[in-house]
Amino acid sequence: MSDFMMFSLVPLTVAVIIGMTCALLGNFLVLRRQSLIGDAISHVALPGIVVSFLLTGMLSSAAMMLGAGVSALITVAMIELIRRLGRVEISAAMGVTFTSLFAVGVLLLEWHQAGGVHLDVEHALYGNLESLIWFDGTGPAALFDPVALADLPPQLARVAWVGLLVVIFVAVFRRHLVLGSFDPDFAASVRAHPVLVDLLLVTMVAVAAIAAFEAVGSIIVIAMFICPAAAARLMTDRLVAQIAWSQLFAVISAVLGYLLAGHGPGWLGFDASVSAAGTIATLAGLILLLACLWGPRRHRTGVTASP
Amino acid sequence: METWWRALTFTLGYNTSLVTIGSMLLGAAGGMIGSFVLLRKRSLVSDAISHATLPGLALAFILAGLWQGDGRWLPGLLLGAALSAAVGLWAVQTISARTRLGEDAAIGAVLSSFFAFGVVLITVIQSMQVTGQAGLTGYLVGATAGMLASEAQLIALCALGLLLAIFVLRRDFLLVCFDAEFARTQGVSTGRVDLLMLLLLMAVVVIGLKVTGLILIVALAIIPPVTARFWTDRPLRMVALAALLGAAAGYLGVTLSSVQEGLPTGPLVVLASFSLFMASFLFSPWRGVLATLLAYQRFRRRVHLRQGLLALAREEPIFDNLTLKLLRRQGYIRRDGVATLPGQAAARDAEHEERLWSLYRERHPDDALQQEHSGLTPIARVLSPDAIMALEAQLPPRPEGGR
Repeated sequence: MSDFMMFSLVPLTVAVIIGMTCALLGNFLVLRRQSLIGDAISHVALPGIVVSFLLTGMLSSAAMMLGAGVSALITVAMIELIRRLGRVEISAAMGVTFTSLFAVGVLLLEWHQAGGVHLDVEHALYGNLESLIWFDGTGPAALFDPVALADLPPQLARVAWVGLLVVIFVAVFRRHLVLGSFDPDFAASVRAHPVLVDLLLVTMVAVAAIAAFEAVGSIIVIAMFICPAAAARLMTDRLVAQIAWSQLFAVISAVLGYLLAGHGPGWLGFDASVSAAGTIATLAGLILLLACLWGPRRHRTGVTASP
Repeated sequence: METWWRALTFTLGYNTSLVTIGSMLLGAAGGMIGSFVLLRKRSLVSDAISHATLPGLALAFILAGLWQGDGRWLPGLLLGAALSAAVGLWAVQTISARTRLGEDAAIGAVLSSFFAFGVVLITVIQSMQVTGQAGLTGYLVGATAGMLASEAQLIALCALGLLLAIFVLRRDFLLVCFDAEFARTQGVSTGRVDLLMLLLLMAVVVIGLKVTGLILIVALAIIPPVTARFWTDRPLRMVALAALLGAAAGYLGVTLSSVQEGLPTGPLVVLASFSLFMASFLFSPWRGVLATLLAYQRFRRRVHLRQGLLALAREEPIFDNLTLKLLRRQGYIRRDGVATLPGQAAARDAEHEERLWSLYRERHPDDALQQEHSGLTPIARVLSPDAIMALEAQLPPRPEGGR
């Protein structure tokens, strides 16, 4: 039990919160066919963090968040500029932007490898969920012990705040978000400010991606943005139900993925564990696969089953 | 600097030259196939393909490692990568064709879950007793430094083959890109051509893994075609240009990375490609930002000048500063705003033009719709002299109170 408190409680909680947060936003991204914005933004978190590290000389989380946030805004601005001014199709504009920025990040990172910084490409991609250890979590009593609680890994609090922020955002703007997702023209006509809400949504995506980035790496972020929401879309036609399904899927993949990564190899007779973030994202993909095969609403409405 | 020069002139040793040539061929192949994919508006499919190679790479590494103790066997790794990329490609196609999800969601889902599975397999490898594990991270961001001659030869040969295949098939690709319906009536199976296109794209991605790494390889298929699009409107020329730009990016990137030990190739190739893109984006004389801005300014001046002259002809006051400035610079008005003699003549001409145009629009509304004009094109350039004579004969007399 104390092992669980010390080693697993925090990573598990962080994974569940991140999964639910990303899946919540993901619903709107999938509906708007903007899933790849999440992809682009989680790629460019790397250059943002590297640049902020080079500027401030330390790995303080505030500076990293700021750097990644700025780079997300730069990305969105660049995509729009290239699309509008260059008359380039949007997916190509995205491809140009995020590969170039990611290349800058990798290059800067490799350049300063000599400094012996604990920051590398693999870390950025895979995250280090397993390293979120709560040393004072020696037993259930620690949950009520302020001294022990103060020792909780800071990532937990950060992720929780971001989760709360995203929930508040969706709650406040739910009508605008729904209108903008289904009918931007109508949304504009009733002054629902679709452009502003779009920008806010992208900002929220960036905030969630950055908070998650440090704890779990960018791959799981992309998976959690898309897979649960896409799977939920195949389960139901109603938005509220879709959000509920996506939250359920996110929780299932986070909990099951974390446990499988820690104990799965042991059951097979290996004395090791595999990447928790990777397993969680893989499970999210598997859930989507199942939904594609048997989801009750998997077909397009108005289209017969055969393509 | 000197090392770079030697790399640029292919005198830095056999291996470096081979790798440089290989990446140039690869860049050319990527640019060509990328152009068709761009015209098909499916650029980011390559992102899904490239991320989907990771599990195959890792599995092949594990198998080769169990077999011979060292997982770094390039042909096996490439084969594994190709197989899992094919599965990923199939998944993207099936999800977007058979379910209600859009292609974007399909790409994102395949990309992330395949890559995540690959990450899991990599952590498995890390716990195994296999040598050459460090070689695997080279596939993430690209590393040509420690490449064996045999590997470089394989990459160069495959890239050359791809280039030839794309060159042979370019007409079919083009037909499907522009008019799938027409292609079908010509007996071309669009589904098969599409599939072939994506398979070739996949081959480029797989061959390029070692050079640029799997996250950045998409840039080879996206940035050169987008850049080429700034310079031409003709598709085959765009394909050729994209091939050239891709080769240039490969050349610059690989040679730059040989300057210093440990500089990753992938980011340098991508950034070289991006600089070419930026230059075209800003300075292309046709679609570049600068050219567009200049054209806009020119148009704005013409409109202001015309409106100013019309106002002069109708003896209306002019308040707009730009209009006043333009008129003054042309010598049409004096500093106090009174029209000069040439100004009066130009104003009369402008008003005459305007009256002809509005009469033409009134008498022949259908024909006028066909003409693309904003009243700024001289009417003599649009209509024949006798048509203008006929119009002039019908001009109503000037209203009293005008001049």
